Amino acid sequence: MAEMQIKPITMNFGPQHPAAHGVLRLVLEMDGEVIERADPHVGLLHRGTEKLIEHKTYLQALPYFDRLDYVSPMNQEHAWALAIERAVGIEVPRRAQYIRVLYCEIGRILNHLLNLTTFAIDVGAMTPLLWGFEEREQLMGFYERACGARLHAAYFRPGGVHQDLPDGLLDEIGDWANEFPAFINDLETLLTDNRIFKQRTVDIGVISEEAALDLGITGPCLRSSGVAWDLRKAQPYDAYAEMEFDVPVGKTGDCYARYLVRVEEMRQSLRIIRQCIDKMPDGPVLAENNKVTPPKRGDMKHSMEALIHHFKLYTEGFHVPEGESYTAVEAPKGEFGVYLVADGSNKPYRCKIRAPGFYFMAAVDYLSRGHMLADSVAIIGSLDIVFGEIDR
Amino acid sequence: MTDNVTPDNQTAAQEVSVQTTMIEHLRKLLDADLQDAAVVQDQIVLRIPASSIQQVLAALRDDKYAAFNQLSDLTAVDYPERPERFELVYQLLSMRNNMRLRLLAAVGEGQAVPSATTVYSAANWAEREVWDMFGIFFAGHPDLRRLLTDYGFEGHPLRKDFPLTGHVEVRYDDTLRRVVNEPVSLVQEFRDFDFLSPWEGMQAQIPGDEKAGKEG
Repeated sequence: MAEMQIKPITMNFGPQHPAAHGVLRLVLEMDGEVIERADPHVGLLHRGTEKLIEHKTYLQALPYFDRLDYVSPMNQEHAWALAIERAVGIEVPRRAQYIRVLYCEIGRILNHLLNLTTFAIDVGAMTPLLWGFEEREQLMGFYERACGARLHAAYFRPGGVHQDLPDGLLDEIGDWANEFPAFINDLETLLTDNRIFKQRTVDIGVISEEAALDLGITGPCLRSSGVAWDLRKAQPYDAYAEMEFDVPVGKTGDCYARYLVRVEEMRQSLRIIRQCIDKMPDGPVLAENNKVTPPKRGDMKHSMEALIHHFKLYTEGFHVPEGESYTAVEAPKGEFGVYLVADGSNKPYRCKIRAPGFYFMAAVDYLSRGHMLADSVAIIGSLDIVFGEIDR
Repeated sequence: MTDNVTPDNQTAAQEVSVQTTMIEHLRKLLDADLQDAAVVQDQIVLRIPASSIQQVLAALRDDKYAAFNQLSDLTAVDYPERPERFELVYQLLSMRNNMRLRLLAAVGEGQAVPSATTVYSAANWAEREVWDMFGIFFAGHPDLRRLLTDYGFEGHPLRKDFPLTGHVEVRYDDTLRRVVNEPVSLVQEFRDFDFLSPWEGMQAQIPGDEKAGKEG
């Protein structure tokens, strides 16, 4: 038979595709059913967050962080609050540190629940999604009880948290934390040894330790390649230094390892949540420095000084001394960093947001080459991609 | 990193010395490529010429002691009043030393910078974003296209002279049956309130004082 030259087929995946986890347009060059090159077109959710932040005061910029990775909002507010606290030099009260750690870990479980279950539905398992969202609903209830919003919390403020937890909430979170391990076990019975799930994920999208570091991959995806690196352990912030937890590390670096690492991370997050509840100290939840944090509502009723402070903080805002800093936290997806350039005024001169998902998306080409079309769905699902933070 | 839970002066002092030793080591390693080195808020900040970015990054990554094995972030800052208006910022992480390092390099408008993709693959999209947002050209980049903005977008939005509202707005045109670009028309004038005022008591001159001086 005469030799034939076959032209590669170019295929559009998304932007409206349920397995694209948002608005991803993936242009695939296919040789039959094998991917030769993947070219993600991102930016369909670009809202110019960094430009907007340059035009807002430091406090007004905070809610934008909820809207980046909208699956774990508080973890990102945390990075912003820490960046400001470091620049201004204020100490956060102990109780506020514990509340923040508690809610960061709730955010981590919230995120992993969404990722694991949508990953499962991408590769054909429907039940985990239905079960997982029931649990997520409870967790969002805890968000709502603390700050009044299920998603866009604006709860972590420079100097602490906005308000104290209502009475009895800690006990409720404790009750939930006692029941949740049973749910993780149930979830695992559906997936961990599931033949179909393993056929779709084992040895798919393998990334070696060197490649992961080279591509800027962080968080659970890096750990599943065998790098024991967690910013909560390596560069502890807030009360993480006092918490006892393990960092799960994978061996194979494939989609299945990323799944296993996340499942174990949920268990470790539960350990941290329990420690936070047991050791929750009493005291204020916001630093008492009225040049940065607002006065209490009660004080404003009879203190002229408090009223002036309140007015000034919510019109002019506080000034951050000139300087640059890079602050990173271990968000559920990986290293979430804020590079803040302050010029001494009440608005940031430049704020660069380092989103973990951005580098995952860039690695999709590397990961999906040579795989089948259906595997690209498993790869995207396992990377934990949310477009709010990639497009910013 | 400072640990704000237990502010122990002793450990803080030790950490500073670790960073100064690193700077001493880097001075020897980078030699003429190093213009300035300092420790700012517990992080090492190096200033290098933009032309030597590739060899500096390669040296920092391959050196056995420094071992900056990950490029965390790459971005730029626009200072229109400076002769070289952009500043490229590279955030590096050394997991071996648990240390962060920031590289700064000044770049003029229209000046090409050697691409870092040959050293760190992570620079690929980061450089595309900087090209998109600031219009800094990276020589030797394998695929320098716009990343975040729309197809056919013009301008570089994160430059300080780019207006917050942008230049064009899009809408779906029912008669043409497609999305059309039009110049921005705001129903209400764009409002940018200036709340700046002397916060820490009176200063030598507050905004508006210069007007009073002229008359009297």
